[in-house]
Amino acid sequence: MNLEKVVFAFFIVLALTLNFGFFVGTIDALDQHNVYELFAALVVSLIATVMKFGDRTHLGAVLLATSLVADLHLIAAASVWGFTMHIGGTGLTPSSMATIVSISGGALLANVTSVVLLVVETVMIRR
Amino acid sequence: MHNVIYLLLRRMRLPLIALIVTYAASVLGLVLIPGMDDQGRPWHMDFFHAFYFVSFMGSTIGFGEIPYPFTDAQRMWTLVTIYATVVAWLYAIGSLLSTLQDPAYRRVVRQSSFARGVRRIADPFYIVCGYGDTGTQVVASLAERGKRCVVIDIDQARVDALELEDLGMHVPGLCADAGDSDALLEAGLARANCIGVIALTNVDQVNLTIAITCRLLAPGIRTIARSEHHESEANMESFGTDHVVNPFDTFADRFAMAIHSPAMYRIYEWMTSIHPGERTAPGAAPEPRERIAPPRGTWVICGFGRFGKALQRYLNFEGLRTVIIEADPQTTEAPPETVAGRGTEAVTLRAAKVEEAVGIVAGTDDDANNLSIVITARELQPKLFTVGRQNQRRNDAMFTAAELDLIMQPGEIMARRILGLITNPLLADFLRHARHRDDAWAEALVAKIGRLTASTVPAIWSLRVDALEAAGLHLELRRGTAVDVATLSRDPRRREQFLPAIALLLRRADGEEILLPDGNVRLEPDDQLLFCGVSGSASQMRWTAQNHNVLEYVRTGSERPSGWIWRWLARS
Repeated sequence: MNLEKVVFAFFIVLALTLNFGFFVGTIDALDQHNVYELFAALVVSLIATVMKFGDRTHLGAVLLATSLVADLHLIAAASVWGFTMHIGGTGLTPSSMATIVSISGGALLANVTSVVLLVVETVMIRR
Repeated sequence: MHNVIYLLLRRMRLPLIALIVTYAASVLGLVLIPGMDDQGRPWHMDFFHAFYFVSFMGSTIGFGEIPYPFTDAQRMWTLVTIYATVVAWLYAIGSLLSTLQDPAYRRVVRQSSFARGVRRIADPFYIVCGYGDTGTQVVASLAERGKRCVVIDIDQARVDALELEDLGMHVPGLCADAGDSDALLEAGLARANCIGVIALTNVDQVNLTIAITCRLLAPGIRTIARSEHHESEANMESFGTDHVVNPFDTFADRFAMAIHSPAMYRIYEWMTSIHPGERTAPGAAPEPRERIAPPRGTWVICGFGRFGKALQRYLNFEGLRTVIIEADPQTTEAPPETVAGRGTEAVTLRAAKVEEAVGIVAGTDDDANNLSIVITARELQPKLFTVGRQNQRRNDAMFTAAELDLIMQPGEIMARRILGLITNPLLADFLRHARHRDDAWAEALVAKIGRLTASTVPAIWSLRVDALEAAGLHLELRRGTAVDVATLSRDPRRREQFLPAIALLLRRADGEEILLPDGNVRLEPDDQLLFCGVSGSASQMRWTAQNHNVLEYVRTGSERPSGWIWRWLARS
């Protein structure tokens, strides 16, 4: 058992599950999407990205790319949230929530790709 | 380049994770801990404000408690986060700085910038292994002639010295063991535009390894290797090293030549000069740097190492008697009549009968001893011809002040030999031919060149009559026009005058060689010519060879119409 692999797999899967948890629910229902969950998803995704820094394998490079994509989406979602809450002056509306959730849906896809790659790698090694 | 980024990212992994975790915990704590707004109602900080607050607090900017003054619970959490974030930042920045200054990291940075430098060279280039006395001169002269090169040396201080040198072009330098094939490959050994490797390290074994590596990994390129022992020389030659240069043999050979035929020696000195065009003497007649030819008679040789042995062999071959002074006759296997001693003291010199000798050679491997030998010997016999071996280039001033008749500097001798070999392959052929001529022939040539160049060292250049280097001439010759050597030497501005240049050698495409071709020798396509003369003449001659119209003028004296309409008019 390789501790590095455990920790990395943990963060990749955790990023996916948190992201999914935020994503599920009616797309514009304000009470079905929790801000803490978005925060946690963003933090975990950032950590997963940094963990892939300096990995020179081909798979490592692709994983770095997919988690960078997830980061970008989640940062965009958080920025939209902050903008509508504090700067836009309208407060959180169903339409802005729909935007946030759909952006996080993109991150979800990237995270799914990461997990699929992780599973593929695991299956290939068979150890 | 990729290496550098990957290494930096890998080193920064932990500090960055620490920073993210600290920030996340701080922000989360601020969001969860209840606060109070300006009307005293319970209030929860949102993520936006929490992130803003942590950002300015963590970077120690500190705008204050916003948007409302904090409760005691919030202040307590802030206390914790202040220390946590500052420590996390210090850790991250500290790791970054220590990574940037890490010797391993800097080595990778230097290596990658070296590799980039090598990749950017588009012209043909040489790899010079060893940047000592010889390497410095070879690289400087190559750069002066506009030829690119790459340097490998095992000593970082020498590579640094290369970077400080003002060579007029970028010469990438790598600190590595040149005997390591990876280092040679990194220096571009396998690249298509690498035309040669010059192995000049102090260690024969390393030079041997370099030569073998080149032979195996890049069989087509030229290898020139320095060798100080005859065994390694034979070894290198056995697997096809193009040129093996031994500084001691080279000098002994030249020295014997100076005794045998001073004019021939002067030709060699001129032709292999590193700096053409420089004034040799204030007087009217061109003179080699060392004025008097070494006399014939008995010679005292101090030091019977590789240098002394080579010199004794060559002098004895010339029929001169030699007396050896050697501190350690047993291990150096000196002849039985050798005088034991260092030669720095008058007693030893007297025992060697220096008063009856015509010359003395101070050939030990210690510069101070050599100077001491020469000065002591001169006191005993002021008319001695003195030859000193200068091992270190930094002792230039001392050797100049000692006013020796001849200074043997292995580094410079090697550099001259090597430059002669690589800058002008025809030159080596010319010198080989010249070697078989007698002293009268050499004297006549020296006088001829001397009249031409008027007390400057002549420049040497070659011209290949092909479509690339001499397009106009090549075309004319292919059409069957007769052009002789004298036509080529005419001044392209006033054809009645001739350029101050002498054709030294003509080599036909089939390998036939003509030494000092006369003016009426007809040129043929793909001939190669070697000229010597005043340095500006080379470009004028190339102009004639390259430009159709100039050639026409030089050949016939008439201006040729250059546009096709005028050419058609001229024909009709």
